[in-house]
Amino acid sequence: MNTNVAIKVSNISKSFKLPHEKHDSLKDKAVHIFGPKNYTEFKVLKDIDFEIMKGEFFGIVGKNGSGKSTLLKILANIYQPTSGKVKINGTLAPFIELGVGFNPELTGRENVFLSGTILGLTRKRIGAIYDEIVDFAEMREFMDQKLKNYSSGMQVRLAFSIAVRAESNILLIDEVLAVGDAAFQAKCFDYFYQLKESGKTIVFVTHDMSAILQFCDRAIFIDQGDVVKLGTPDEVSELYLKKNYERKSKGVGESPNVKQISLIQNNKKTRTLDNKSLSKIILKYHNPTSGPIHFGFQIFNDKNVYCFGTNTKISGLKPTQIDDGTMTIEFLPNLVKGLYYINLAIMDSNAARSIDYLPKAIEFRMADDSKIDGITIINVTWKNKVV
Amino acid sequence: MTKKRKFTTVQKFRYFDLVRELAVTDFKLKYKGSLIGYTWSLVKPLAMFGVLYLVFTVFVRIGSGIQHYPLYLLLGLVLWAYFSDATNTTMRAVADKGDMMRKVYFPRMTIIVAASISSAITLLLNLIVVIVFMIVAKVVPTLNILWFIPLMIELFVLCLGIAFITSALFVKYRDIGHIWEVVLQLLFYASAIIYPLQIVPTQYQKLILLNPITQIIQDSRYILVTKETITAHTVLQTPFQMIPYIIPFILLGIGYVYFAKASKNFAENA
Repeated sequence: MNTNVAIKVSNISKSFKLPHEKHDSLKDKAVHIFGPKNYTEFKVLKDIDFEIMKGEFFGIVGKNGSGKSTLLKILANIYQPTSGKVKINGTLAPFIELGVGFNPELTGRENVFLSGTILGLTRKRIGAIYDEIVDFAEMREFMDQKLKNYSSGMQVRLAFSIAVRAESNILLIDEVLAVGDAAFQAKCFDYFYQLKESGKTIVFVTHDMSAILQFCDRAIFIDQGDVVKLGTPDEVSELYLKKNYERKSKGVGESPNVKQISLIQNNKKTRTLDNKSLSKIILKYHNPTSGPIHFGFQIFNDKNVYCFGTNTKISGLKPTQIDDGTMTIEFLPNLVKGLYYINLAIMDSNAARSIDYLPKAIEFRMADDSKIDGITIINVTWKNKVV
Repeated sequence: MTKKRKFTTVQKFRYFDLVRELAVTDFKLKYKGSLIGYTWSLVKPLAMFGVLYLVFTVFVRIGSGIQHYPLYLLLGLVLWAYFSDATNTTMRAVADKGDMMRKVYFPRMTIIVAASISSAITLLLNLIVVIVFMIVAKVVPTLNILWFIPLMIELFVLCLGIAFITSALFVKYRDIGHIWEVVLQLLFYASAIIYPLQIVPTQYQKLILLNPITQIIQDSRYILVTKETITAHTVLQTPFQMIPYIIPFILLGIGYVYFAKASKNFAENA
């Protein structure tokens, strides 16, 4: 195996046997021993094949039930593949979740030692880093209390502090960001940056596209056990949104007043916008009232931050009265890299009340090569002079 | 189809730590929340001892011919309590850890070894009670007492071998729980724990002593309590007397191989 490869997955397949009716006892086995096979084979992974390079931050994305967690469990040696091989080059942290082995009846201190040894640390090593773990979790005064008296946030903090000290150069992380409050999530993010810089290989399972865009070097998109796409985070998230959009198709069809919504840039229908040229939303609509109407639109990012909102009245236009028409909204989105939603509204003649409101009518992704942080892109020029 | 993982010495050491940590936790949790803690593990065999002592020395007088019969009875009960407790808890140990096994990889055998050790801790505490009774009964031990150590190792191996088999089967067939309950009841009466072997016809003595549990208990009584105990050596002919000593190791061998094979799918099935 190439020495730059950390994990080599060759033709992995995995099926689970789903019994139609569970025959768990010997009598049932005896009765059914000559009978037909009483289960359906459910193929969770079909011939998956890829490599993860050393030092790579590798994302695995897919919907619930797509097989991504099963894949992670096979990488961790928790499940055995039905066929195929996994080769690991290096040491691999064998866990995929936080707080493995935590016991509510034990004290915080006892749990640190128990969970630590389960994650593969020696007692001696845990003793040496115990203070570090406790301080990182900010829990010094609670360590002699039973875990069952901790809040869930405290448990997560303690679990995370232990987990991040696992001594291995390949880490597997399953949806860790889904837990904890905002402050804790920020701590996780900081830690991921550190890991990335220290050259560890990280395999990260999520359906949070913004995390993929933010951290990953490459990602794989799995759907119904097949690899749909292996590529850059941009490519993968674009395809992921497209696939999900096809399925959800919010807005269109839900309201009789909206015939079609399209998002266009550079004369092409797209789900990925950049800041360089004008973008267009084209809305084919039916006026549900007999009177004049206004139109409005809002942009939210995936953290539900309201980024921008306006309507035809704010823009100084008179309400219009067309029964069936198309409204074209041209705009230049000065937004940073990430995921966004557009909400559309058809409003009454005073733009005071929505007649028809389409939340998340369009989902789109901003592609931006710069490292600009925040929400919006403001044109900045710097001038530095000697006084 | 399996992945080859090489474990360095450091990793082997950490599994030693893991076994220790799991065993101590098991033991702690067993008596968590009870007022007198692990004193319970002493009270239980003592209570049973009290009842049986009353029945067999005052009412039935079954053991009147045997020197230090109460001690003889107590030692048998303590060893039996360990066998019964160890096999019962280890059988369920893997199935109980299903949730944990789905989140982290570690050698599944550590679960069984840890649970066996946790039961062995209780045995050690109970043996202290036996020693106290030995002092009270003024039994003078000789250097022969050292033979008790390999006997306890044999008992541990026996329990471990059975545990590997039953725990792996239990993941698939919960019936083993009920079957084992019945087996334990049969073994209890078949193992000459509450009655002296002297009262059994000679041909049945031979049969009973082929059972390693009887052999271990009788040998222990011979070493610690009274030379009047009938052992495998005194009853069985030369090649046959080795049988009860070999059975635990054969069981361990079979159990190890079966468990190693079955453990690959524990995470899915447990």
